[in-house]
Amino acid sequence: MKNNKRSSGFMSLAGTFGALVILCVILSFASDKFLSYSNLMSILKQTPFNALLSAGMLFCLITAGIDLSVGANATFCACIIGVLVKSGMTNPVILILAGILTGTLVGLINGLLLTRLHLPHPFVSTLGMKNFLWGFALLITGAQMINGFPDGVLALGTVTVGGIPISFILVVVLYIMLHILLTRTALGRSIYCAGGNMEATRLSGINSANVLTFCYVLSGFMASLAGIVSIGRSGICNGANALQPYDTDAIAASVIGGASFMGGKGTMAGAMLGALIIATLRNGFTLLSIESAVQNMVLGLVIILAVLLDVIRENMEARARRIAAAQQVSED
Amino acid sequence: MSEYVVELRDCRKTFPGVVALNKMQLAVKPGEIHGLIGENGAGKSTLIKVLTGVHQPDKGEIYVDGQKLSFRNPNESAAAGIACVYQELNIEKLLSITDNIFINKWIKGAGGLLDYKTMHQKAQEVMASLGQDVDPRKAAGTFGMGVQQMIEIAKAVLIDAKMIIMDEPTSSLGEKEVKQLMDTCRELKERGIGIVFVSHKLEELFELCDRVTVIRDGQYIETRDISEWDHDSLISAMVGRTLDNLFPKEFGVKGDVALKVEHLEEGGVLRDVSFEAYNGQILGFAGLVGAGRTETMRAIFGADAIDGGKIFVHGKEVKIKNPAQAIRAGIAFLTEDRKGQGLILPESIKHNVVLASMKKFSRGLFLNYKEIEEASEKNISDLKIKTPSADERAGQLSGGNQQKVVVGKWVNTNADIYIFDEPTRGIDVGAKIEVYNVMNQLVKQGKCVIMVSSELPEILGMSDRVIVMRGGKVMGEIERDTEHFNQESLMKAAWGGKLS
Repeated sequence: MKNNKRSSGFMSLAGTFGALVILCVILSFASDKFLSYSNLMSILKQTPFNALLSAGMLFCLITAGIDLSVGANATFCACIIGVLVKSGMTNPVILILAGILTGTLVGLINGLLLTRLHLPHPFVSTLGMKNFLWGFALLITGAQMINGFPDGVLALGTVTVGGIPISFILVVVLYIMLHILLTRTALGRSIYCAGGNMEATRLSGINSANVLTFCYVLSGFMASLAGIVSIGRSGICNGANALQPYDTDAIAASVIGGASFMGGKGTMAGAMLGALIIATLRNGFTLLSIESAVQNMVLGLVIILAVLLDVIRENMEARARRIAAAQQVSED
Repeated sequence: MSEYVVELRDCRKTFPGVVALNKMQLAVKPGEIHGLIGENGAGKSTLIKVLTGVHQPDKGEIYVDGQKLSFRNPNESAAAGIACVYQELNIEKLLSITDNIFINKWIKGAGGLLDYKTMHQKAQEVMASLGQDVDPRKAAGTFGMGVQQMIEIAKAVLIDAKMIIMDEPTSSLGEKEVKQLMDTCRELKERGIGIVFVSHKLEELFELCDRVTVIRDGQYIETRDISEWDHDSLISAMVGRTLDNLFPKEFGVKGDVALKVEHLEEGGVLRDVSFEAYNGQILGFAGLVGAGRTETMRAIFGADAIDGGKIFVHGKEVKIKNPAQAIRAGIAFLTEDRKGQGLILPESIKHNVVLASMKKFSRGLFLNYKEIEEASEKNISDLKIKTPSADERAGQLSGGNQQKVVVGKWVNTNADIYIFDEPTRGIDVGAKIEVYNVMNQLVKQGKCVIMVSSELPEILGMSDRVIVMRGGKVMGEIERDTEHFNQESLMKAAWGGKLS
């Protein structure tokens, strides 16, 4: 009985891992290229962009919020760097810092809109931000793609260490750090608690406004890293990408990994598995040459399925607890 | 045919960790007004929810007109003719009276479109039959509580309810509206409808009811004709024990002024509130609901902004703008609404009890889980929290155990001034005693305890001194063991009378 909660969390994680394994088994039968070294590495190359966005999304989802601007923010950061490159800046450190600063600032604005101006739900404000960043990205780039980035900027999306993409290593390191933050620090607990009951958290002396702001700042920071990875992966920046369903992929990864729109739930390990499942799915689509329209349909269904499974799991757990409690009472 | 329109026999209902109802029964005759009375937590709401199909009993039978039925959901109960006007009205304030009355029972005309003409007309008729001459096209929210309640009753009348349960219908009504409601009840009685009238106000029961059933601790106690009850017999049936056992008061040693509040002002809510609270004492705050007691405490704790006033802790003025600053100043505040403001329901007990003191449980950047486990295990054993483990979610616990978790959270902050706002509301007697014991321990440790309570016996049983508030103002202050330290004087002050 003692580790009830922990074991149920572990079980749902094991379920997600099982889904990933089953997906891999199916794809390895469907395509003989799937299990090749180069293809597996290519999945690891595809994962980081979404994994970085998912991490920020997860934090917002835990607080019962959402950040729909993550994808547009990543694109916008890439475009800011692109514009600086176009204007003659070549120092990669400054370029990267400029990108990170931009994304983090956007996150801060999202957070302040929510906590200081008290906009009702971040769904609306971050959706507005997404559109704003899309237009802004097109405006500053003149709706043109920009290339010619210096190697230092491209490195994050291109360099491999022992065959493993450095961007994936970065993701693993960041995920471990964020995992420790969520589970082992007062700030992490405050994030879960704010998602579980904002008012009770505030009345317990925790500055929940600052806790929420932190989550959106982090989301913006992670989006800026994703933007830099995207430059390395494609060699270009393109403002039109701001409308791609990157935010949907990030929500999908978090929710598949156990996050809930009601807040208070979700783990970094789950989000990692979720991001790997999305990347593997997309990779499988490419291997089997499934057209992108069908890809989108399947990904949409995957999200619905993940939420449905979550609801069913919750109901079953609640039922099991009720029965256990009823037995306890009748023993008394 | 049975003598009774609705009869519940030998009902048992359990929730995780508690037996809510046991050997419960209730029998209502057609055309009678049947009073139902019991203390907070006696099981009235559970009983109502069993009758209306919200809860399914573990055991027991329900008969309607002598026919045995079982309800899987509220719709089946309504179809059998049982309706309920809950204390919290189910009114959609933005919709019209007609929409509220005909929700889910729409009258449709040609082509399946809603026939508003007929519905408005019927709504007007039924409201008029209840003594309400209103325009049913108007939004329900534009009317007062009395009319809104009549809308609920109109719904019951329209489904031809055989029995209508009214759950503390007078608690939010003015004097005139109460009279109107009683007239309506008598009118419904004439039509042969059985009415279950739940109330805390004995006078209303004596004025209105034909028979009264008393329940206590989830069990049926007794049903008698109203003429066979009197004040004393009702109360002793309800309480079932003497006040001495209920309030295990222990005394601390009166110390310094721990908290001093001067001229607290909050626009329209608090007016010039000043008082002192001492170490080693329990200071009770009595008054009617809405007298400004909770608002005073929230203002002191920094939960709401104030317009003026000073707060001193141990003689030093403190500026408190948010709860974090209050906690740093050594103040703890157990809120009246434990689910909404006290607990993180989806989180475990151990995470809840350290919520207000996470700094204390951190080593550098990281939480010290060993200390957290130890502290939560100590809370569980000290407060006798009934739970399989400290990892159980707070939402899984019964009300009393949830309240103990909140108490544990504040005990862990090791504050000097403890504010308890309605600390025993809606929890069972056993849990109440545990909460009182915590207060006793705190004052014996020389700490200052402030207790807001709407239950006068509790105020009198536990306080060393009582402050009475009314309309956002302090009306008076009464020391224990003085002339006015009794229910009558407190009530008088709460209603605006002078203590002389």
